[in-house]
Amino acid sequence: MNWGSWENFLAMGGYAFYVWGSYLVTLGLVIAEIVLLALRKRSVLAHLRLHGTAARQGDR
Amino acid sequence: MSIKWFKYSSPQSFFPLAGKLALWFGALALVACGVGLYVGFFVAPTDAQQGEAYRIIFIHVPAAWMSMFLYLVMAFWAGLGLAFNTRLSGMMASAIAPTGALFTFLALWTGSLWGKPTWGTWWVWDARLTSELILLFLYFGFMALQAAIDDPRRADKAGAVLALVGVVNIPIIYFSVKWWNTLHQGASVSLTQAPTMAATMLTGMVVMAFGFWFYSIAAALMRARCIMLERERASEWVADYGRGSA
Repeated sequence: MNWGSWENFLAMGGYAFYVWGSYLVTLGLVIAEIVLLALRKRSVLAHLRLHGTAARQGDR
Repeated sequence: MSIKWFKYSSPQSFFPLAGKLALWFGALALVACGVGLYVGFFVAPTDAQQGEAYRIIFIHVPAAWMSMFLYLVMAFWAGLGLAFNTRLSGMMASAIAPTGALFTFLALWTGSLWGKPTWGTWWVWDARLTSELILLFLYFGFMALQAAIDDPRRADKAGAVLALVGVVNIPIIYFSVKWWNTLHQGASVSLTQAPTMAATMLTGMVVMAFGFWFYSIAAALMRARCIMLERERASEWVADYGRGSA
């Protein structure tokens, strides 16, 4: 497929709204999922640092 | 020859493996999606009937496949947990649900954006669309039910029953275009017949499906790692891991 120019590519034959609306939302949600997972991991680790060690000192 | 089948059935030994696998599948997903998008936008020709609007299929069809496939995998793990009472199984089922819901939403969203220019409507209460919407509600129901129960093991059991009952919806989605007269077109690619579309279009779609599949594995494993740490936070191995990464 030869689009000729960036304008043609972005215009998607007049279907730009539908095509890019699909792709951008997909990309956005996938990035959001990855960010949320990274934040979740970070909060678990922060929790461990705060409470994990305290509980262990209490064991002794 | 003895294979240690259960070696990785404990969170402690699966945790590091899941981390490595997530990284590899994430990388594979990036490569597959890159190739798939290249084929989809620069190799596949314009569709004679739908113009460029058809290029939505490169995410719509893989997302729809993943929405159904992930549900089956989730129900499989949930059922395994229910039958054998293994704690990792329930964690895997919970880890898959949000990613499954994501792909179900994307299948509906991209389908809507495809339907408007080709059918002239964003939405119809057609058998295919309605059963896919029910799938989204099944994922939401599974997550809400699990979130509403404090004890994770009981949450797993309740969720598993819901997940297993919901499996009945998957063949309904898959065969809906055959069983009923739907506005949604029949399958261009099916398990039993040769595909009815241009080879390059099919290639782009299949490569994207692999990309989404690898992404789902990576995301589910990343989430499973979080769940393992959250649920087993009182155990020695999690405390050790917490100290190691501090």
